[in-house]
Amino acid sequence: MIEASLKDLAAALRAGTLSSVELTTRCLERIEALNPALNAFITVDRDGALAAARAADARIAAGDAGPLTGIPLAHKDVFCTEGVRTTCASKMLADFVSPYDAHVVSQLKAAGAVMIGKTNMDEYAMGSSNENSHFGPARNPWDATRVPGGSSGGSAVAVASGMVPMATGTDTGGSVRQPAALTGVTGIKPTYGVVSRYGMIAYASSLDQGGAFARSAEDCALLLTAMAGFDPRDSTSVEREAEDYSRSIGQPLAGLRIGLPTEFFAEGMDADVRAAIDAALEQYRQLGATTVEVSLPNAKLAIPAYYVIAPAEASSNLSRFDGVRYGHRAAEYTDLADMYGKSRAEGFGAEVKRRILVGTYVLSHGYYDAYYLQAQKLRRLIAEDFGRAFTQCDVIAGPTSPTVAWPIGEKSNDPVQMYLQDIYTIAVNLAGLPGLSMPCGTGAGDLPVGLQLIGNYFDEARLLNVAHGFQQVTDWHRRTPAVG
Amino acid sequence: MSLSIDEVRHIARLARIELGEGEAQDTLDKLNNIFGLIEQMQAVDTTDVAPMSHPQDVAQRLRDDVVSEANRRDAYQQVAPQVEAGLYLVPKVIE
Repeated sequence: MIEASLKDLAAALRAGTLSSVELTTRCLERIEALNPALNAFITVDRDGALAAARAADARIAAGDAGPLTGIPLAHKDVFCTEGVRTTCASKMLADFVSPYDAHVVSQLKAAGAVMIGKTNMDEYAMGSSNENSHFGPARNPWDATRVPGGSSGGSAVAVASGMVPMATGTDTGGSVRQPAALTGVTGIKPTYGVVSRYGMIAYASSLDQGGAFARSAEDCALLLTAMAGFDPRDSTSVEREAEDYSRSIGQPLAGLRIGLPTEFFAEGMDADVRAAIDAALEQYRQLGATTVEVSLPNAKLAIPAYYVIAPAEASSNLSRFDGVRYGHRAAEYTDLADMYGKSRAEGFGAEVKRRILVGTYVLSHGYYDAYYLQAQKLRRLIAEDFGRAFTQCDVIAGPTSPTVAWPIGEKSNDPVQMYLQDIYTIAVNLAGLPGLSMPCGTGAGDLPVGLQLIGNYFDEARLLNVAHGFQQVTDWHRRTPAVG
Repeated sequence: MSLSIDEVRHIARLARIELGEGEAQDTLDKLNNIFGLIEQMQAVDTTDVAPMSHPQDVAQRLRDDVVSEANRRDAYQQVAPQVEAGLYLVPKVIE
């Protein structure tokens, strides 16, 4: 059941051998059993989910079902949901109930998907381990003493442990791909602008992009198709025809040119991760793909550039949390400035404060050119590197994360060590390209290793099929952790 | 480069985040480590490179200047810490 594909679940729902209420109830039971140990969910909306499941069953009976109708889903708690609290894993928004739905949320409601609840994450999506949550860390189902990655850690855990068959996430510097890798599920971040940011609480607006988690690439394609599409309420939503991201699924991979960036394979990757990646690339060669060495000479500058651009945008975006219109307000204060200072000091966690301070500094008078402008110039060089690489190959492959999941607490007091975990994912966000991670083997401790596939702009359908081809001849994506 | 504790206090004031006495030193240490990482950017000569502010080089969309949103003041103010008669309440600003 928990290993069933979305296609099989939809077929069972249409055939009447399974009802959405039954399926939803089983997910709720599994969450009840596993969530105390894994902390994947911040909020579970049992009544809302069962009501949505009954409505979905009526739609299916009326012959009005789409591919996701009646299928349970979890949203990262960064997406606003009308009537169900949206916390962003922050004390600042611990009691916030949004007056409207995010575009992604309304799209999935319209598709008939059943929203079960809201998943744990790093506060305001700032983090790579899910330890920066006001509600405590989510835990890796393969080893509950280890992190699941972040920031969309709860969504990854919910899918990996079979609590839900699909979940949404967001990816600003790797926040879908890295937790997917560390928990052994498939996750895709599309091209910047494909998924509307309306109602998605902003961290770094020129990098933030919604994404999808599921067991397989085929399932991710179905979820992404329902999430994506032009939305006039997001000024950077791309005006393109709606796409069926499943359209290339099943095409042969013979002749595919896979680019391997020299810089990704040169250093930094743990030996166990390296072995799993090499084996996956060999599998692709057996499928008829060829590999070619490409170069991303400026990729090493992605982390420093990101830690200027993202905090700069965050310092501006998070100025809205002032204790006036919504969110936490301090109980005692002397005047307006004191109310702002205390409300924000109490409402934000340590990492969020640090990034706001870094951003405030790099945007302040006298430092703008040295930091923000220089970072934007590096961003251009990084994007141009990818442009050149894609003249030699169709997709780029490499590791998603340099290591397997690490023990909770190991890096949480050293921000720079934490930042370096996103060495392979961040450049993709700076360029705005689509990226995917899928399980491709195991490393030390039998923990999952993720293969990252990077596509050219708007090449999600091909990317998903390249992952699907691998998943047709391997079963890493079907492995499930021994929980519950 | 290295920040001073006074600079950290100044940034915190600009960011409207109160910094407790005990927090300033730890914040300073961590920020200096972060800026140590950021400084790696300065090794690259970017003299003739055009800054890239965004993945898409497109102009902002325009729309007709007409009312597109319904008035939902009550719904929006329901989540506010303190409101009265349709107004957001804040501490007195002008004596």
